[in-house]
Amino acid sequence: MIDLPAPKPDVLARRGEILAGLHALVPGDGVIGEPARLRPYETDGLSAYRQPPLAVVLPRTTEQVAAVLAFCHRNGVRVVPRGAGTSLSGGALPLEDSVVLGLMRMNRILEVDYANRLAVVEAGVTNLGITNHVAADGFFYAPDPSSQLACMIGGNVNMNSGGAHCLKYGVTANNLLGLKAVTIEGEIIEIGGRHLDAAGYDWLGLLTGSEGQLVVVTEVTVRILHSPEGQRAMLAAFRSNEVAGEAVDAIIASGIIPVALEFMDRPAIHACEAFAHAGYPLDAEAMLIIEVEGSTEEQDMLLGRLKAICERFDPISLKVAETAEQSLAIWKGRKGAFGAVGRISPDYLCMDGTIPTGQLPFVLRRIGEMSASYGLQVANIFHAGDGNLHPLIMFDANDSKSFHDAEQFGADILTLCVEVGGCLTGEHGVGVEKRDLMPVQFTPFELDQMRALKAAFDPGWLLNPAKVFPLEGNPALRPAA
Amino acid sequence: MTQVIAPADEAGVAAAVAAAAAAGEPLAIEGRGTKRALLRPVQAARTLSLRNLSGITLYRPQELILSAWAGTPLPEIEAALAERGQQVVAEPPDLSAMFGASEAATLGGLVATNLSGPRRISAGAMRDHVMGIRAVNGMGDVFRSGGRVLKNVTGLDLCKLLTGAHGTLGVITEVTLKVLPATEACGTVMVTVPDLATGVRVLSAGLGSPYGVSGAALLPGPAPRALLRIEEFAESVHYRCGRLREALARYGEVRQVEGEESRSLWRAVRDAEPLAAAPDEAVWRVSVQPTAGPGIVVAAGLPKFLLDWGGGLVWLAGPATEDAHERVMQVARAAGGSFTLFRAPEPLRAAVAVMPEEPQALAAIGARVRQVMDPRGILNPGRIRAG
Ligand SMILES: Cc1cc2nc3c(=O)[nH]c(=O)nc-3n(C[C@H](O)[C@H](O)[C@H](O)COP(=O)(O)OP(=O)(O)OC[C@H]3O[C@@H](n4cnc5c(N)ncnc54)[C@H](O)[C@@H]3O)c2cc1C
Repeated sequence: MIDLPAPKPDVLARRGEILAGLHALVPGDGVIGEPARLRPYETDGLSAYRQPPLAVVLPRTTEQVAAVLAFCHRNGVRVVPRGAGTSLSGGALPLEDSVVLGLMRMNRILEVDYANRLAVVEAGVTNLGITNHVAADGFFYAPDPSSQLACMIGGNVNMNSGGAHCLKYGVTANNLLGLKAVTIEGEIIEIGGRHLDAAGYDWLGLLTGSEGQLVVVTEVTVRILHSPEGQRAMLAAFRSNEVAGEAVDAIIASGIIPVALEFMDRPAIHACEAFAHAGYPLDAEAMLIIEVEGSTEEQDMLLGRLKAICERFDPISLKVAETAEQSLAIWKGRKGAFGAVGRISPDYLCMDGTIPTGQLPFVLRRIGEMSASYGLQVANIFHAGDGNLHPLIMFDANDSKSFHDAEQFGADILTLCVEVGGCLTGEHGVGVEKRDLMPVQFTPFELDQMRALKAAFDPGWLLNPAKVFPLEGNPALRPAA
Repeated sequence: MTQVIAPADEAGVAAAVAAAAAAGEPLAIEGRGTKRALLRPVQAARTLSLRNLSGITLYRPQELILSAWAGTPLPEIEAALAERGQQVVAEPPDLSAMFGASEAATLGGLVATNLSGPRRISAGAMRDHVMGIRAVNGMGDVFRSGGRVLKNVTGLDLCKLLTGAHGTLGVITEVTLKVLPATEACGTVMVTVPDLATGVRVLSAGLGSPYGVSGAALLPGPAPRALLRIEEFAESVHYRCGRLREALARYGEVRQVEGEESRSLWRAVRDAEPLAAAPDEAVWRVSVQPTAGPGIVVAAGLPKFLLDWGGGLVWLAGPATEDAHERVMQVARAAGGSFTLFRAPEPLRAAVAVMPEEPQALAAIGARVRQVMDPRGILNPGRIRAG
C-alpha cells in the first residue's frame, strides 16, 4: 500500500464543526458525514485502494464550490475533487482528513451553439451526455474514453483523457475552448472563452491534465464537431507482433491516418473472443482493428487501400465490414475487453504507458518474459497509432502476495516504457498509482519545479495532496509514521 | 546595438542564463530575430540567440515524431518532412514579409509565439503538436516536459505553459513535434457573398458539415469571398467539394479551385497577405467566437481586414495610433475575445497593452508562476506586459 500523508490531528478533532460549517454553505442533502453513506466515495476505479474521507460535499453551483473551498482553505482542510470516480490511477482516492468535493450535481448543459460549434457544460455532465445532447443535430464531442457513459467532463479535463478515436480527433486538451474554475482560496477564475488561443499564458493547457492539483473546474466550454457521414471497421490478424507492427508502420507511411487503429495481442484476442464471440481468429498472435470514416464510397476507397497494405504482410485473417452491423461485430470484442478480462480473472490492473510505436515487439516480448517470471497473466491492448499501451495484469485480490506482485509487475512495465523512450502514463494519469515512479521519468529538479508550480496555485498543499508528486522530498506532506 | 550571445549547445545556453541570473541582467531571447517587432520591445543590453543551436535531432516518420533544436529554421524541418510526405500540422505562417525579415523563422520562435495558420480550426494549434520540450529556466536549470511519444499525461504539462509564453518562462532549447502525412490533394470552394455576415454563415455551414473542412477564411473586397478548404485524398476532395458546392450555392456564386491554385490561396491566407497592410500601419490579431468576426470588423472601423478560422480570427490593419489600438481593445473585450497588437512601430508597442490584462486572481497566479520559472525576472522582461 502506498504511503499517504499523516492526517492533520486538528482537522480530525474538529470533524463535527467542519461538517456543520459545510452544511451552512451547502444546505439540504449536500453534505454527507455518516460512515455508511461515505462508503461509495472511499475508492475510485483503482479499487484496491480504499479510504473513507472525513466528509463529502456535493455543491450545485460554482458559488457553492467557491464557498466550500474558501472555508476549507481557512480551516486548513484538504480537498479531493471528484467527478464520477472512474480514475484508474487513484486520482480521486480520499484522504482520511479530506473533504471530497463531488461535482456530480453540477450536471447541467448550459448552452449549445452550433454556429460556433461549442457547448458550455457544468463539470458533472458525463462525457457521453454531451454527445447524446447534440447527436440528434448531427454533432458529437470527440474524445471518447471507454468510460464515457460514466466519466464526467471535469474529470476528463483533469486527466486529459483520450479515447479510441484520438488518433484523428485528439485528446481532451485539443477539444477545449474555456473553463470556469475555482482556486483553493475560493476565487472564481475564467480561462479562455468561446474563442481559440487567447493571448497570454496557456492556462487552459496547463490546467488540462493537472489531476485536481491546481484548481477545481466547475464549467467547461468544449468544441463540438459534426459527425462524419459514416464509419466502418476492418480486422486484420497476423502471425507475430513484429509483423503486425510492420503493417502499422506501412499504414502510417501510406498517408492514411485511420480514425482508430487498435492492436490486441494473443491473450487479449482469446479473452475477448471467449467473452463476446466476435469471430476473432484464435490462431493469430496479433490483431488490428482499423476504422475509417466518410461516405460509403470513401470508406470503400480507404478500406480497399488498407486491405492491400495488410495483404503484403501475409495476414492470417482479413475481414472488411460491409455493413454497420459487421463493423459493430468487429468492435464488440474490443469494447468488451475489460469485462472479458474480468471473467478470466477476479481482479486486474489496467496499466497505461506509452512507447515509441517501433518498440512494440520488443516491449511485448519483455512483458511476456515478466509475465512468466511473476506467474501472472497479462493481456495487451494497444492504441497502435499513438503508442499508448494498456497491459491488463490479472491477479487475485484475496491473495496479498498476488496483489503485491501485480503492482510490482505493473511498475516494471512502466519503467520499461520509460526506458524505451516512452512515458509512465498516456491517458490515465499519475494519481497515487504511479506517484512513486515519477523519479523514473523525471529528474529531482524537474519534480521540484513541478511541485513549485503546484504550490503557485495551492501554497498550502490542500488540493488533492499525495497524488502525482512523490511525498519524498516534499516538506509540505509528511508521510504517516 | 546590443551584445549577442549565441551558444552552439544547450549547456552554453544554460551557462549564459545562469550568468545573467547571477548578475541580475535581463536577456532578450530570440531565434533568428524575425519577430523582434512582435509585441512589446524588450529592454535588455544582451540578446541570447538560439540561431547556432540548430539541427534535427530525431525523425521517425512511422512514429509521426520529429525533434529539433530550437534554432532550426522552419524550412529545414519542412524540407525533411516533405521528403517523407509529411508536414508540420499547425501550418505556421511565414511572416517574413509582414516583419520585413530576411531570414527564416526558427522552430523555437514559432513554438514560443504559438503561431498557427488556417488549419488551426481542424487540426489544432502549434501548442497541440508540441509533444516534448527541453528548456532552460531563468536560473539556468535545464528541464524537460513531455517526451517523444504522441500521448503523455505524466506530470504537469509545461510544454503547453511554455508554448505561447514568448520566452518569458524559459528558453526553449529543443522541441519534439507531432507531425502528420501531407494530404494528397487540396481543393477550395469559393463563394462570393454580399456581406461579411453572410460570409461567416457560409463558413459556419461548411465547418458544421460532415466534410472535415480544414480551412475557412473570408477575403475582403467589394464582393467578399468565403473560402472553404478540403485536404484529403484526391477522390475525397472531389466528392466533398462537390457536396459543399451544392450545399452553399444558395449563398452566392460558387467556384472551385484545385491543386497549386488552391494551395497558394491558403499560403496567402496563412501569411495574412490579403490584409495588404502597408509598412507603416499597425496590425492586430483578434480572436473571438466566429459569429462575432464581422461585428469586430465593423466596430473597429479600420480600413483593412481578413477573417480566418471560420471568422474567429480577425486580422486588422490601420493607423498605428493609440486611438485605433484603444478601439480594437474595446471591441475585442466587448465580444468576449482576445487580441494582440501584432505589429506596430516601437513607440506604440511600448506605450500600450499589447494583449488583454488578466483578471486579478489570474495575474496573481501568473506572478507566482513567473517567480518559479524566472525568479530574477531576466527572461524577455516586458515582452508581453509592462512591469
Ligand atoms: C472501464 C474504464 C475505462 C476507461 N477508459 C478510459 C479511456 O479509454 N481513456 C481514458 O483516458 N481514460 C479511461 N478511463 C479512466 C477514467 O475514466 C478517466 O480518467 C476519466 O476522465 C475520469 O473521469 P471521472 O469523472 O470519473 O473523474 P474522477 O475519477 O472522479 O477524477 C479524476 C481526477 O480528476 C480530479 N477531478 C475530477 N473532477 C474534477 C474537477 N471538476 N475539478 C478538479 N479536479 C477534478 C480528481 O481529483 C481526480 O484526480 C477508464 C476508466 C474505466 C473505469
